[in-house]
Amino acid sequence: MKRAKVWKYGDNVNTDVIFPGKYTYAVMEPEEMARHALEDLDPEFASRVESGEYIAAGKNFGCGSSREQAATCLKAAGVRAIIAVSFARIFFRNAINQGLPVIQCPEAVAALADGDVIAVDFIEGEIRTPQGNFPFARLPKSVLGILDAGGLIAYTKRRLEAEKIKS
Amino acid sequence: MGKTFSEKILGRKAGKPVCAGEVVTVSPDRVLSHDNTAAIIKEFEKLGVDRVKSPDKLIIILDHVVPAAAEKYALNHKNIREFVAAQGLKHFFDVSHGICHQVLSEEGFALPGALILGADSHTPSYGALGAFSAGIGRSEVASVWATDEIWLRVPETIRIEMSGRLQAGVSAKDVILHLIGREGADRANYMAVEYAGGAAGEFSIGSRLVFCNMAAEMGAKNGYFVPDEKTLEYLRDRARGDFDGIESDADADYAAVLTLDLGTVGPQVACPHTVDNVVPIEKVRGIPFQQALIGTCTNGRLEDLETAARIFKGRRVHPGVRVLVIPASRREYLAALRSGALEIFAEAGCLILNPGCGPCLGAHQGILAPGETALSTANRNFKGRMGSRESEIYLASPATVAASAVAGYITDPREYL
Repeated sequence: MKRAKVWKYGDNVNTDVIFPGKYTYAVMEPEEMARHALEDLDPEFASRVESGEYIAAGKNFGCGSSREQAATCLKAAGVRAIIAVSFARIFFRNAINQGLPVIQCPEAVAALADGDVIAVDFIEGEIRTPQGNFPFARLPKSVLGILDAGGLIAYTKRRLEAEKIKS
Repeated sequence: MGKTFSEKILGRKAGKPVCAGEVVTVSPDRVLSHDNTAAIIKEFEKLGVDRVKSPDKLIIILDHVVPAAAEKYALNHKNIREFVAAQGLKHFFDVSHGICHQVLSEEGFALPGALILGADSHTPSYGALGAFSAGIGRSEVASVWATDEIWLRVPETIRIEMSGRLQAGVSAKDVILHLIGREGADRANYMAVEYAGGAAGEFSIGSRLVFCNMAAEMGAKNGYFVPDEKTLEYLRDRARGDFDGIESDADADYAAVLTLDLGTVGPQVACPHTVDNVVPIEKVRGIPFQQALIGTCTNGRLEDLETAARIFKGRRVHPGVRVLVIPASRREYLAALRSGALEIFAEAGCLILNPGCGPCLGAHQGILAPGETALSTANRNFKGRMGSRESEIYLASPATVAASAVAGYITDPREYL
């Protein structure tokens, strides 16, 4: 299991600071979106984050606008998963629909510090940190299907193709 | 145990009784998208289907950057128009109509008991007319276009019982800001918010739209008012199709029941950089600002514009302030033109812009420079939202914004009535 660094942030990280509104209808490609990830919260994040790293944050992560690019840009920047005390509803859906795992685990967030190196066992549902291991509730099977497919578009495409073959 | 409005409508759609917490697969009545339709089309095209499954359910309203402020936006709009023509979509509203939430409501698509999904976080607005409406993402809209269905979790419900009467100079915006400040930005995360109690029915449809629009800033999935005579009156000449309103049962199971005496609420201001950072006006009185915004899907209707106009009448905008007035739709623009409100704004020195989202999301029409401060009737004050990340946004009612624009600093509108 790959171990990687954690970027730690606070409560109410909103979608405007994750992906500013001025780009929402102008930047269309994920690779370009990644260059603006978290721009108004942590201007250094996008240039320094490495593939496979994690974000840990407080409550209500992803509140605000429904812009799906907030999930797309983090995924494209290489973020492996987001661990938070809680997620705002639309962001939670968007992250899964972009194939970006979201883990609700207040205990792990409380223990983690910025820069900690951790591993996440998605099969067992456990976060391994320098401060100990923290179990988390895995997502329902139907939702995991979307994550496994790499996102909702791939999932729906597969489903439609299967229906076509059946009929 | 009885059922809430949300349990009933999602149960009706699912074809079986459901309870909060269950996940249901349902087919929506309407699916809204705006300028983001261009991105949704790209996702839809990856799905391998040629046609939208239920094209008459789609409502597309261009409002976020209208008219196109740059070539990229123009290309998005062009792609959307071509898609609309190719798919034979009937409910397309081009750049001249106004903000999606206002247009969808005034065009009679938002009906009691309807299930409406939208690729915009302020989609909960339509609960003002008794609909169940919630925001979703782009991939989901593309998927719904192709499959005509979506999974939704049946939300728990917070009931807010309102009593008493509003003080003069205080409006729905002050009440909802007070509630968000008191309860927190994530208080209603994943939940429905039902505005109830004797005083709830006193609010106009426009004010109910303010409450349901801002439910999103409490994290809510949807907001709701019981449809009543005012709802029927509003829908009389505009409802598109039949409808069957739904009410929560008297013995419904609520996650929480909150109360509020409206008479205790004075003018409120949400301070940077979160919507729940709310204080009474007295705490921020005297703070200078450079730009005022009166408009948006929250507060750009005739009642808001007339409230502001009454304050501007016979007065001038302070020389250190720029005031942008943006009616929520062409219909509201026309109503404000006929009522004389627009003339008062122009005489006072305001800049009247075309209906649309304007600078609310920081894309065009009044971007803030580093170090600047805005006082706005919009629904969000997140860092950098209206431009520079070094700028600040305060949120308030139309009356507070108008009075403050005359004063040149944040001030109590009750001194200007």
